[in-house]
Amino acid sequence: MKFGVVVFPGSNCDRDVQTAARAAGYEADFIWHAATAVDGFDCLVLPGGFSYGDYLRTAAIARFSPVMAAVAEFAASGRPVIGICNGFQVLLEAGMLPGAMLKNTSCRFLCKAQRIRVESARTPFTLKLRPGQVITLPIAHGEGNYYADSETLAQIERHGQVVFRYCNESGGATPESNPNGSLGNIAGVCNEAGNVLGMMPHPERAGEQILGGADGRLILDSVAQWVQGGGRIG
Amino acid sequence: MRYVADIVVKLKKSILDPQGEAVRSALGSMGYTGVQDVRIGKRIEVRLEAANEAQCRQAVDEMCSRLLANTVMETYDFSVREEPGE
Repeated sequence: MKFGVVVFPGSNCDRDVQTAARAAGYEADFIWHAATAVDGFDCLVLPGGFSYGDYLRTAAIARFSPVMAAVAEFAASGRPVIGICNGFQVLLEAGMLPGAMLKNTSCRFLCKAQRIRVESARTPFTLKLRPGQVITLPIAHGEGNYYADSETLAQIERHGQVVFRYCNESGGATPESNPNGSLGNIAGVCNEAGNVLGMMPHPERAGEQILGGADGRLILDSVAQWVQGGGRIG
Repeated sequence: MRYVADIVVKLKKSILDPQGEAVRSALGSMGYTGVQDVRIGKRIEVRLEAANEAQCRQAVDEMCSRLLANTVMETYDFSVREEPGE
């Protein structure tokens, strides 16, 4: 199992992903954003950070990086791609996932542990989870307020593309448990096929108990199990 | 010909603007009680060469829709003018 971690200028969770993957017993190497091929990897990770300083808009410039054509091709072949935080924003800007990110309604950068409820276990990233399960992962973002027009929102709900929602300890996706104003408390969405996932919470920052929680490990282990099962969508 | 494009990018009207709301509230507490709404956007100035105004407008429109604005959440508008020669 080998993760390929795309490194944009300004990525800052790339090493965290590599460390978490290695701690879980998997291989993980970096892919510089100027690369035009992504051969030899089983899963691509677009990590968190501030790609290109988030100039203009979060991830607006990163999505034109040379590597993104290869990432799109990898995804189109049914293999798993996950964007975390800024990586999620890159997938949105690239049109690989529906919606966009607005500033948090509080106008504050949020950095805290957050409960999320699993909505879908059909993606390669959530195989080892069950719908309704509540896990805790760190969030750290200023622009995580998920937005999509009402038609798009209805469509992703209908197709089961909402993978995670912000929730309280009993799993309720209430307004009080919504940290940033996201429509429908949405914390993570996938494409229609399910092999491309974007999520604001950081599984790589919760891969070992010593970090305060190991729920993030379930996401890495899920995709590894899926890949080892010969998985490919489509 | 050399042109200057003046581009304004705004959040869609249907979207709540948290920054604008914070500024509206500050203006209210400063005593500007008549302020009802504040929306914050971006103004972008692009200098470019183009064969004529039509081609300039076409290029700027493409730049806006591909990079300068995210049309999922933003709208854009622009004007172009010829830059006076040296």
